[in-house]
Formats: sequence, structure tokens, C-alpha cells
Amino acid sequence: MSFDLLATLAKTALWMALLLQVTPIMVWVERRGSAMIQDRLGPNRVGPFGLFQSLADAVKFLCKEDITPVEADKFMHGLAPVLALIPALTTFVVIPFGPDVTVLGHRVPLVVAGAETGVLLLLALASLGVYSLVMAGYSSNNKYSMLGAVRASAQLISYELALTLAVLAVLMPVGSFELNEVVRYQQGSFFGLLPRWNVIPQFIGFLVFVVAAFAETNRLPFDLPEAESELVAGYHTEYSSMKFALFFMGEYMGMATLSCLAATLYLGGWHLPGLSYSGPWWWVAAQGMGVLVAKATLFLFFFVWVRWTFPRFRFDQLMRLGWKVLLPLSILNLIAVAALTVAGVL
Amino acid sequence: MEVAVFLLFAALVLVSALVVVLHRNPIYAVMSLVVTLVSIAVLFVLLGAPFLAAIQVLVYTGAIVVLFLFVIMLLNVSGDGSTAFGLQKIVAAGAAVGFSTLLLVLFWGRFEGLPLPPLEEADVALRPLARALLGTYLLPFEMVGLLLLAAVTAATVLARRADREKT
Repeated sequence: MSFDLLATLAKTALWMALLLQVTPIMVWVERRGSAMIQDRLGPNRVGPFGLFQSLADAVKFLCKEDITPVEADKFMHGLAPVLALIPALTTFVVIPFGPDVTVLGHRVPLVVAGAETGVLLLLALASLGVYSLVMAGYSSNNKYSMLGAVRASAQLISYELALTLAVLAVLMPVGSFELNEVVRYQQGSFFGLLPRWNVIPQFIGFLVFVVAAFAETNRLPFDLPEAESELVAGYHTEYSSMKFALFFMGEYMGMATLSCLAATLYLGGWHLPGLSYSGPWWWVAAQGMGVLVAKATLFLFFFVWVRWTFPRFRFDQLMRLGWKVLLPLSILNLIAVAALTVAGVL
Repeated sequence: MEVAVFLLFAALVLVSALVVVLHRNPIYAVMSLVVTLVSIAVLFVLLGAPFLAAIQVLVYTGAIVVLFLFVIMLLNVSGDGSTAFGLQKIVAAGAAVGFSTLLLVLFWGRFEGLPLPPLEEADVALRPLARALLGTYLLPFEMVGLLLLAAVTAATVLARRADREKT
């Protein structure tokens, strides 16, 4: 086996190991966080601070009966939860977590796929997520599931536009689709005071990106596809046991990847001013990954905070916000950034 | 290795494309179309054109086919009644065979005997591609954009008129 292949496998294994931890940890953060916000205690019985609650939940999921409705389309009903994991388990490949390092005389970039297409590949893979929701909704043979699937597809299509345009505005001054170039572009500082992160010059694009990210991950206040008060549980109403858990995992891992993307595009990615990123390769990698995870955690906590603070939108409000506010705003932002780039300011 | 991947995905393209036209359930047909388009994207990667592959997945599977699905689910098209339109099916089959024969004849005449030069990095890399689209071929590129805009506008106008007649 060649060294490059081994290095790629090792980097993939590292990401997988981290991403698979996201769901149990985030479920715990979500439950304890919601309890804190609502002045309750939350799950605090299993292990220290209730940390092992998620482990108990996982065991419970495995032991529950797996039910497929009699009139369901069995093939699609089984396939949908598996498909839910595909974008979650593939999109991380273009997110860099450090500079190029030298391992045993080989140059290794700290990104799984340093492809020229970069962030385009991420958006393309993420856009496949909608099929699992649609399949789940259609195959369940249930009105609520179906309504959830129709809502999900309309919502994802609408907000993908604004999200993509916001990303494009970030890429324009950089002149590359590669996320490592984006990180390199953000090194340095404004007036020697503030880090040269995109969140400052592209604040409007940042707002559009974050709002669209909430819609893309079906999180409150945009969780219309699974609005409990109207649709029972939307597209996954008819799912139980581990199949339901797969949807759950896909959702949280999607959140984690989008958080990493947001951190890379707007908060300087793996780079933190003041860190030298020198020394043995594993130390450089640990620094880069640590900084990236820390920044992504900020976004993840923000996701939780918003969920327990805002009520749900109505569907027409959601569509109006997407098409009449976010899309024009992202286009204006794109034009402004283009003008500033041509003028040489950015 | 490359040959194996090519054979696998070429077979997938053919089989899933057949399922698209032959399956009675429109949802299955559309899902199969997704498999076709993603497999074609893999073939693009094998040909050394990763940008085309990403765009293929982003535009076709990520947006256009989702709209197909959306329409099918909204109209609740069911799988039966596919024996209707007998004449239309015959005409469609005839047109398909005729068109592919035409293409074969055209391409055969042009490329027979010529070894086709493989695509080079300089043709499909991002910068040359961008320069070609927004420089050399700017006018045709913008015209295609205008054509799409006109089609979208016309469709919207038609849909609104039907709406007004109903109310």
C-alpha cells in the first residue's frame, strides 16, 4: 500500500472518530443546555453530570423494536436512513485542519481531499441529503411523513441558493475553491488589532450563511419538516429503533460539518494568531484540529442556544424569508464583495 | 483499478437509466435518475474533470432532480395507467432510435480512424475553463443564460395565467 493511501486512510479515520462522537456529546449538551435555559436540571443521573446518558440512550435504541408500517415501501423505508448518513460521512473530506506537514520524509497535506474543486464538492455532497428525507417521507405511506418530505425539499432548495451565494462571496477575493487557500487568506490582521477573519469584512454574508445553515440542518426556528405540533415528527414519524437513530446521527453530524465549514470560511479555520504551528507533525495536526474543533464548538453551542430561545416560523414566513430577504441580501453582498475585490480593497 | 471503477459505474449508468424509463413507479424512476447522474459524475472524475463532476452533482442531482421529485409528490402521480398513450410511446421510441442513429452517423463520419486526443489538464482545470466561458465564449455563454431566463419567465407567466383562470 502506498504511503499516500495510508495517510488518507489515517486522516479519514481521525475525522470519523471525531464525527461519531458528535451525536452523543451534542445530545447531552442539548438536553443539559435546554434544561439550563429553562431553569431545570436535565438528565444528571447516569455518570458524572449525566454524561453517560447518551450511552444509555444508544443501548436503548439498539434494544427497541424496529417497526416497518405494513403498507410502507419496504425497500425505500430501509434505504432512507442509510442515505441520511452519506452527506454526513463524506462532506468533511475537503475541510483542512492544518498546514502541510512532513511525515517520515513525505509531504502530507492535513486535509483528506485537497481537490481543486474544494468547497464545491462539499456543497454537492451536502445537497444529496434531501433524498433521504424525501425517500423516508414517501416510503412511510403516512400523510405527516409526506408533508414533512415536501416541506423539507422546498426548504432545502430555497436556502441552498442563499448559502451557496454567501460561500461564493467568501471565495471571490481568495480566488480559489480550496478551503486551505481561504484559511491562508485570513492569516494576518486588520490594523494589527483584529484577526483578518472574513467575519469582519463579510458580516452580511456571515449572517446569511448562518441563517441558511439553520434551514439546511432543519434546526429550530426552521424545523418545519418535523414540526411536532403539526406533523407528529415529519418525515421520520414512522421510524423507530436504530433507523430513527441514524436520522438523528445524520442531523447532528451535518450540523458539525456545517459548523466546521463556517469556522473555516469566516473564523480563520485551523489558524489562530499566536500559535506557531511548528514542531513535530502530530503536534501541528493536534494544534490545527484543536483550534478548528474549538471554533466549530462555538457554532454548535449557538445552534443549541437558538433552538431553546426562538419559536418556530410558519411555512409561508420561512419561504418569504428565504426568497425575499436572504436571497436578495446574498446577491447584494456578492456584488459588493465583487466591487471591493476589483477595487483591490479585499 | 481505474478500469474496474469505470466498468462498475458505466454499468450502473446503463442499468439505472433503463430503470428510469422502465419502472412503473415515478418515484423509483426519479431515484434511479439520481443514481445515473451521480455515476456519470464518477465517470467525469475518471476522465480527469473533477470540476465538471462537482457541478454535475450540484446542479443536476442537488437541484433539478429534487424539483422533479417535488412535482411528482405534489401532484401525487401514481404508478398505474402506464399503458395509456400507446401511440406516444411508439413515436417516442422511434424518435429516440432515429436520433441516436443520427448521432452515431455524425460522430462516426467525423472521428473514424482518428485517435481522439485525451482531455488535458489545461482544458478542464478551473482557470482555463473560466477564461474560456467568460472570455473566449462569453457571448454564447450569456446567450444560453438568457435563453434559460426566458424559459423560466415564460413558465411563470403560463402558470400564473392558469391560476387566474381558476379563480
